[in-house]
Amino acid sequence: MLLTITYTGQNTTDLGYLLHKNPYRPQVFELNHGRAFVFYPEVSDARTTAALLLDIDPIDLARGKVGSSGGGLFDYVNDRPYVSSSFLSTAISRVYGTAITGRADRHQALSDSALNLTAAITMLPCRGDTQMLRRVFEPLGYEVAYETFLADEMFPEWGASSYVNLTIRAKVRLRDLLKHLNVLIPVFDRQKHYWVGADEVDKLLRLGEGWLADHPERDYITGRYLNRSRSLVNQAFDRLSTVDQSGGEVLSAEPDFAADAPAAAELPATTATPDSAAERKERKPSLNTLRLESVAAALKESGAKRVIDLGCGEGNLLRLLLQNRQFTQITGVDVSHLALKRAHSRLRLDRASDSVRERIQLIQGSLTYRDSRFGSYDAAAVVEVIEHLDPSRLAAFERVLFEFAKPLTIVLTTPNKEYNSVYELGLDSSQPEEELRHSDHRFEWTRVEFRQWAEATAAKHGYEVQFQGIGDTDPTYGTPTQMGVFSLCE
Amino acid sequence: MRIEIPDLCVVALVGASGSGKSTFARQHFKPTEVLSSDYFRGLISDDETNQIVSAEAFETLYYVANRRLDQGLLTVVDATNVSKEARKEVLHLAREQDCFAVAIVFNLPEAVCQERNARRTDRSVERRVISRQSEQLRRSIRNLKKEGFRYVFVLSSEDEISQVEIVRTTLWSNRKGETGPFDIIGDVHGCYDELCELLDELGYEVDARACTARAPVGQGRKAIFLGDLCDRGPGNVQVLRLVMNMVSTGSAYCIAGNHDNKLLRHLRGAKVTTDHGLQLTIDQLAQESARLADVADGASGGAVGAAAISGGAGGGEHGVSGLAGTATGDPSQADFISEVATFLDSLVSHYVFDDGKLVVAHAGIKERYQGRSSGRVRSFCLYGDTTGEIDEYGLPVRLPWALDYRGKATVVFGHTPTPEVESVNNTFCIDTGCVFGGKLTAFRYPEKQIVQVDARREYYAPVKPLFVKDASHESILNIEDVFGDKHLSTRLRRSIRINMENSAAALEVMSRFSADPNWLIYLPPTMSPSETSSLPDYLEHPTEAFDYYRNRSVNQVVCEQKHMGSRAVIIVCKDTDTVKRRFLASSGGGSSSSSSGGGGGSSSGSGSGSLGIIYTRTGRHFFDDHHTEQAILARLQAVLADSGFWQDFDTDWVCLDAELMPWSAKAQQLLVEQYSSVGRAGRNALSSALTAIEQAVSLLPERELIPMNEARETADMTELALRYQQRLDALTLYTEAYRRYCWDVNSLDDYRIAAFHIMATEGRVWCDESHLWQMQTIARYTADRDPIFVATNHLLVDLHDPSSVDAAVQWWTELTDAGGEGMVVKPFDFIAFSGNELLQPAIKCRGREYLRIIYGPEYLLADNLKRLKRRSLARKRNLALGEFALGVESLERFVREEPLYRVHECVFAVLAMESEPIDPRL
Repeated sequence: MLLTITYTGQNTTDLGYLLHKNPYRPQVFELNHGRAFVFYPEVSDARTTAALLLDIDPIDLARGKVGSSGGGLFDYVNDRPYVSSSFLSTAISRVYGTAITGRADRHQALSDSALNLTAAITMLPCRGDTQMLRRVFEPLGYEVAYETFLADEMFPEWGASSYVNLTIRAKVRLRDLLKHLNVLIPVFDRQKHYWVGADEVDKLLRLGEGWLADHPERDYITGRYLNRSRSLVNQAFDRLSTVDQSGGEVLSAEPDFAADAPAAAELPATTATPDSAAERKERKPSLNTLRLESVAAALKESGAKRVIDLGCGEGNLLRLLLQNRQFTQITGVDVSHLALKRAHSRLRLDRASDSVRERIQLIQGSLTYRDSRFGSYDAAAVVEVIEHLDPSRLAAFERVLFEFAKPLTIVLTTPNKEYNSVYELGLDSSQPEEELRHSDHRFEWTRVEFRQWAEATAAKHGYEVQFQGIGDTDPTYGTPTQMGVFSLCE
Repeated sequence: MRIEIPDLCVVALVGASGSGKSTFARQHFKPTEVLSSDYFRGLISDDETNQIVSAEAFETLYYVANRRLDQGLLTVVDATNVSKEARKEVLHLAREQDCFAVAIVFNLPEAVCQERNARRTDRSVERRVISRQSEQLRRSIRNLKKEGFRYVFVLSSEDEISQVEIVRTTLWSNRKGETGPFDIIGDVHGCYDELCELLDELGYEVDARACTARAPVGQGRKAIFLGDLCDRGPGNVQVLRLVMNMVSTGSAYCIAGNHDNKLLRHLRGAKVTTDHGLQLTIDQLAQESARLADVADGASGGAVGAAAISGGAGGGEHGVSGLAGTATGDPSQADFISEVATFLDSLVSHYVFDDGKLVVAHAGIKERYQGRSSGRVRSFCLYGDTTGEIDEYGLPVRLPWALDYRGKATVVFGHTPTPEVESVNNTFCIDTGCVFGGKLTAFRYPEKQIVQVDARREYYAPVKPLFVKDASHESILNIEDVFGDKHLSTRLRRSIRINMENSAAALEVMSRFSADPNWLIYLPPTMSPSETSSLPDYLEHPTEAFDYYRNRSVNQVVCEQKHMGSRAVIIVCKDTDTVKRRFLASSGGGSSSSSSGGGGGSSSGSGSGSLGIIYTRTGRHFFDDHHTEQAILARLQAVLADSGFWQDFDTDWVCLDAELMPWSAKAQQLLVEQYSSVGRAGRNALSSALTAIEQAVSLLPERELIPMNEARETADMTELALRYQQRLDALTLYTEAYRRYCWDVNSLDDYRIAAFHIMATEGRVWCDESHLWQMQTIARYTADRDPIFVATNHLLVDLHDPSSVDAAVQWWTELTDAGGEGMVVKPFDFIAFSGNELLQPAIKCRGREYLRIIYGPEYLLADNLKRLKRRSLARKRNLALGEFALGVESLERFVREEPLYRVHECVFAVLAMESEPIDPRL
């Protein structure tokens, strides 16, 4: 909401010329999403401060007139009017646009020189990664200070709020300071009030010219700025690499935060915390791929032609299955309509040839409702799904799959809880195994627990089951993923 | 000529062009009943004579015909139908739809057709075509019956055509006019003693020696026998005599069973294996026949089982009028065996009674087959849904058709012996294996009461152990019950529509987050706020709520203090046995999941030792922690036991609608991430801004005058300072507002639960009691016994007494000024109508301060409030009514012990409606 820039030294009122804002005339600017005020709380020879106050209309915001589609992003009780967010970046471009170009007419020499500047950003949303403040700003030469706050001083047990008041200080050209702020504020906020499109890459490269390519946290900044849109991030990397003439360093094709997204079934509605250390570790590039390959191999070995992927998420396994002509009919089922939509677009089904389209279909369905559409398949894959079921619904799932759908082969995977110890989860080492790998996991099984369940279920419904571990084997804790391959007895 | 056709059938008009088929059809059938190939040619190609699109036209015609017959509507195929191939399609249609095909043939001299065709102005057919058609027709006529047409009517002159009268008759199976009451009796299998005892028990006057029984006088009761009268048991002849007597005197109906059918085939001389007890019946019949012959002073009786019976038409139901007479004349004189054969031949496969609400069939019947007639319908009724496979006991494998049954009619059937009456999805299997030493069962309709007598002994050893049904079948819901566009009919609202998108959203929520559907018997409806207040500083005020009800002729309302917590539905049972019996009886019982070795200790499932459940308004467990939930329920159980609730309400479970506090107990995450965050960001940012503004203002007097041409862009800093002070104050008030509803929970004693509706107990939904009764009863049975359970402050208001209304407004004002959320205004009656209009079950009036946490901290700033007052309640209110009707409906169905899917579809529909995007601030 508030950004102040303070110039200390001599003749500091010249800040007004650099900003193209008269220190003696408070100004108001109409913006798309409200108004911006520029005024000077301090004006003196030694110290001059310009304030940019963003005045967002909370009602318009809530009604979805601004930025979002239909108000979905913005609730009625919303921090957006009060925090320093992408709205502030937009305001900087708009209000200090000339200053960013560095054009200062009679004061060009001043504009071209590094000055003692301090920027104070009020209420910067910075969820859980305050250490990144230093790692992002210090390489650019800033002294960094920030203040944190309790969410509510009446309820200290609620912990710290996710906002900081950030102060950065450096000897820096004004235009560089503004560019840094413009790019880096939304990096911390992570919510953008507008659709991040391809032109965002151009904007990032323009504003990042001269400092971003060499920044040690370049990947982090780029990824965050582009809202994790993988294709955009890749574009940006490609272009940054060509800019980066001196770079002997090879860029990783896929930055770790954009690694294969977990199946949508794994994504809880809103509470995903994909940045937790555990999650990052679990998504070592190999495990997910390894798991899918093992499942596909088991399906192939079963001789199945018609296969159904129950809990297909965004279609990672489906894509793998499509590559094998043995599978003549491939059906993906997910309970999430959104996941299916993503699968549809990630598999590019609207552009697929008739022969592909004849082989694959996506349907919405639930594993706890009996469904005639699940019948008549040779094999079913249930990859990392059951741990998302409430234990009380597991019985229904068993019957839906083993009793009613009754495919000849069922390939089922679930995490091995014991292996969590290997991940060295959490700092509280007293109960490492109590941590579940994903916040939506309703349970995780040890190898013995899985074996007992699988054998009992197989026996009850006339299947035989064989087990296989997936991933690196630890002598004590086994593999991170465990797989059961059930075959219907003749 | 009188043409009798069944009221559901496919009629093929057969005749050359120009024979007058379409004219005939217009005279005798409704326009929508007649599907003419010419018309479909026109529909597809704009040209009724376009022969090139014939294939497409017929494809479309048969598509429409199928959809009509799906609906049970008679359909006439108006095409020439002179070729065998064309008629094959008609017959295929009839077969697929399990109804009869009727041919009405226009056998006019070719000259007549040619002459008419020549006179036609709109179109004409080539002469040779008509010649060919006439020729084809002549060759076809005598084969029509053989081809498969049930009835063939040949009209051979214009005169005859003009004199036709078409009469529609009902099928034999149709007894919709008979409403009962009935006593439906399961498979007897020759257990005569038990049958007499059972009939006696049911109040029939039984003369065991004469083999007669008369229905109890003056009650209009009739017996219905579900077939399998004979085989295996000791008294096959007497059973047959008694049932035949009862049927012939009109005191009973009887349908065919597979054993009866086999006996008939034997009597007709077919070669059948005489296992499964048939030989016994044959021997007993032979003895009886011989005895009768002796009595009749005749010589040695005819050969037993000889093919002495005329090979009459097929199953009795294939007739179309009247009940086939059972054997008449002096029974002692008649050939008893032929009498039996005639009787068995007359048995239909199933009956539909009581306006379609009751269907009986020996082995059951799918909804689609009810009231239809075909070989496969008959075979389904006799043998059930068989796969053709044989199990390890040599018996046919039967599919559990009842599991998929979703029909409206109650189906009562036998055939599969089970130890107890099995009820799934409104079907009742009442073959309790009397002949195997079990019981003989009668099902009384409409009482749905079971009357049973024990077998005197085991007459026949079962080939395999009596089938014990897996009771959990019913707990497996079928996706088709809930997913897709749905229309639900409820008592309070005739039709409620759920669209695909909403059901998709509900499917996800229900599958991923909801508790076991067996528990979800009710979801509370959304509640609309009052109309927007006309007072300048208020968004909501009681006046508008009172006006709403007063304008709809409600005289009294009950105002209830609104507790700021989270909505909770509580089901608590007197003991864990009740949980098992009433709620989780059909659930898998978690047996398989418990064998898994437990699910990471976070199980909030329906494990043993549970007393019930507390769930949210979207059907999720209120508490992630099973122990907290059960501890609270245990205390509630104790309170209800202590206050005598269980006795007074004659129940062992209750469903309560309640508010659970503190808000922070459920909404912790929301509070921290949303409410406190906004408060924190707002207070900090606004106070920083205000400081900066004030500093700037303090520097202003020293500044130069601003040139006029720049004045427009110049900010008024004094005004800005004033406004930011107001904004900061608003944020402070907002923070205080949410804080009031938060407190720490360190032990169970810190929770507060205010129940406001007793929704249902065993056998009863309490929505017919007033809200005043609800408030008082809840207070009487729960308050002051345990600190967790609190009563709700309330006020009875007479809407026509200004002082009463003023007092209520005053009460609300004090309540909300002190930080209270507000109040809920409810009509005196739980379910209130104004004429035909179902009224809102409740309207909320929220306090000014409370609304800050809904409409945003700064909503009261003049400029904001003005804009916020433009809001529309129509959709919210419509939603509230629909959800209310569904909630009451689901409880009523549960209390009537209807199948799970019937309860679940209502609950699911509430969830689906809740996914409708609507202004969440309302």
